[in-house]
Amino acid sequence: MNPQPQANTLKNLDEVRAMIKRHKLNDYIFSIIGLLCLMVGLLTLLTLFIDLILSGYPKLLSASFYTDFPSRRADSAGLLSALVGSSLVMLVTFFSAVPMGVMAAIYLEEYAPKNWFSDLIEINVSNLAAVPSIIYGLLALGLFVYILDFGQSILTAGLTLGLLILPVVIVATREAIRSIPIAIREAAYAVGATKWQVVYDHVIKYSFGGILTGVIIGMARAIGETAPIITIGALTFIAFLPPSPITTAAPFLNFEWLSSGFTVLPIQMFSWLSRPSEAFHVNAAAAGVVIILVTLLMNGFAIRMRYKMRKNIKW
Amino acid sequence: MLAALSAVFTTVAIVGILLYESYGFFEHVALKDFLTDTVWTPLFENPRYGILPLVSGTLTITGVALMIAIPIGTISAIYLSEFASHKVRETVKPILELLEGVPTIVFGYFALLFITPLLQKIFPGLPTFNMLSPGIVVGIMIIPYIASVSEDAMRAVPMSMREGSYAMGATRFQTAIRVVTPAAISGIVAAYILGISRAIGETMVVAIAAGQQPNLTFNPMESAATITAYIVQVAMGDLPHGSIGYQSIFAAGLVLMLMTLTLNLIGHMTRKKFSERY
Repeated sequence: MNPQPQANTLKNLDEVRAMIKRHKLNDYIFSIIGLLCLMVGLLTLLTLFIDLILSGYPKLLSASFYTDFPSRRADSAGLLSALVGSSLVMLVTFFSAVPMGVMAAIYLEEYAPKNWFSDLIEINVSNLAAVPSIIYGLLALGLFVYILDFGQSILTAGLTLGLLILPVVIVATREAIRSIPIAIREAAYAVGATKWQVVYDHVIKYSFGGILTGVIIGMARAIGETAPIITIGALTFIAFLPPSPITTAAPFLNFEWLSSGFTVLPIQMFSWLSRPSEAFHVNAAAAGVVIILVTLLMNGFAIRMRYKMRKNIKW
Repeated sequence: MLAALSAVFTTVAIVGILLYESYGFFEHVALKDFLTDTVWTPLFENPRYGILPLVSGTLTITGVALMIAIPIGTISAIYLSEFASHKVRETVKPILELLEGVPTIVFGYFALLFITPLLQKIFPGLPTFNMLSPGIVVGIMIIPYIASVSEDAMRAVPMSMREGSYAMGATRFQTAIRVVTPAAISGIVAAYILGISRAIGETMVVAIAAGQQPNLTFNPMESAATITAYIVQVAMGDLPHGSIGYQSIFAAGLVLMLMTLTLNLIGHMTRKKFSERY
């Protein structure tokens, strides 16, 4: 017997052990790097939020900040017209995007034949979702402001944001509809329901939660959008409220507010931010906290609902 | 059916408006000047219309953003998909989605009043408006997007491929780098491309923190305007409808739209290719 091979094996064994050790170390190192990278995103949000609160808190705590109009003096400037403006614009956005988006999704999922035409619509929707928001602003400037002559009004802003979130609503609704098992539809057809009855009584009802999640996420995005609203030329000093939508006299509803000038939360923040004076930056920070809180609450609610639904629904 | 057509209508309207107003612009400005002139001063007395300075500003900021977002986003995705426990993943994914929902104007505040002063301590000569700080912030903004799209691509790699690799004695790190990442590469590349497209179209951060002077440079330490920042700047002023300045923002918008559309199409095609593979 030659002792040479055995020595070699032993040496190899040591090398193999060293290699395994090295590779395990690599594993360990990488998992730490990975965790760190993951933290960058999360810590940034945290830093941002804390920084905003720290620089904005004198304003955040004063009640007059929420009940005052914008002003030339930083300490008496408030958010009132932006809060009202944002709510009214969201109202228009909701009523333009949601019915349209839900109907489009139902058509695409339940009615559309599979041909080049539905493919075309599909490609369109996915492309629209990726168009930069400022392009929607240009569309609105050309189409709504000048060609249709709506002016720089709440109506223009609401419709613009409505178009912007249309793809979000369509995609979310389609996903919700697609998750309903085909058996539910077949059961309804088996007892003689028409297509519309199936859609109305089953498809819409079972996908309601999913649709709602999509709508909330879309609205949260619309509230924070700044670029398209600036592009339609709405960056002005607004120290008045639009006419109230509800009146005491019949017919109790008043649509004058649609054509009124307005400002919204992110625009107000932008105009404070673009002033050189430090005092206005405090206002900008406080407005930032308000915007983040609103969008985080809406998104958080929607995401929570989605995860809950995923767990609860068992067909 | 009519509702579904609204999507087609929006696309047609966008393209139509951009082309219509740009047509008016190109009646005054030769296409050759637009593409080759190196000065962009449409609002001055002797206007010159060269889109290059705006494009260089856009590309520089996008470049800085990618240098931040690609490494961090990819490593986070690999970690989430291959290393993290189920519990960590279920906690982090919703937070990433939340991060994607933070309005960009808030990130603009962050760039101007937090990152820029911080950078000025490191590089004392840095001007208040520069491309480095918005670039970094845009990068941070697209990390969640790149991470979650790449993670989806990696999760789609069949388990049997990982098990095959483990059976050969490979460690997690080796499996992640040599098996899962190559298998998911087209999905990961698609995530990068869609991320680039987002960075190019990003408006508020750049408009707030990068300055408004068109400047033909690729040096991130200088201030420069991007296509989006220019559109915002003009829209904030009161330009009469139909003037050449008004038309110039549509021409700039058309360039932006073409850039992002090309990237999006490439991104979707890459993604489709990958989803057919298994």
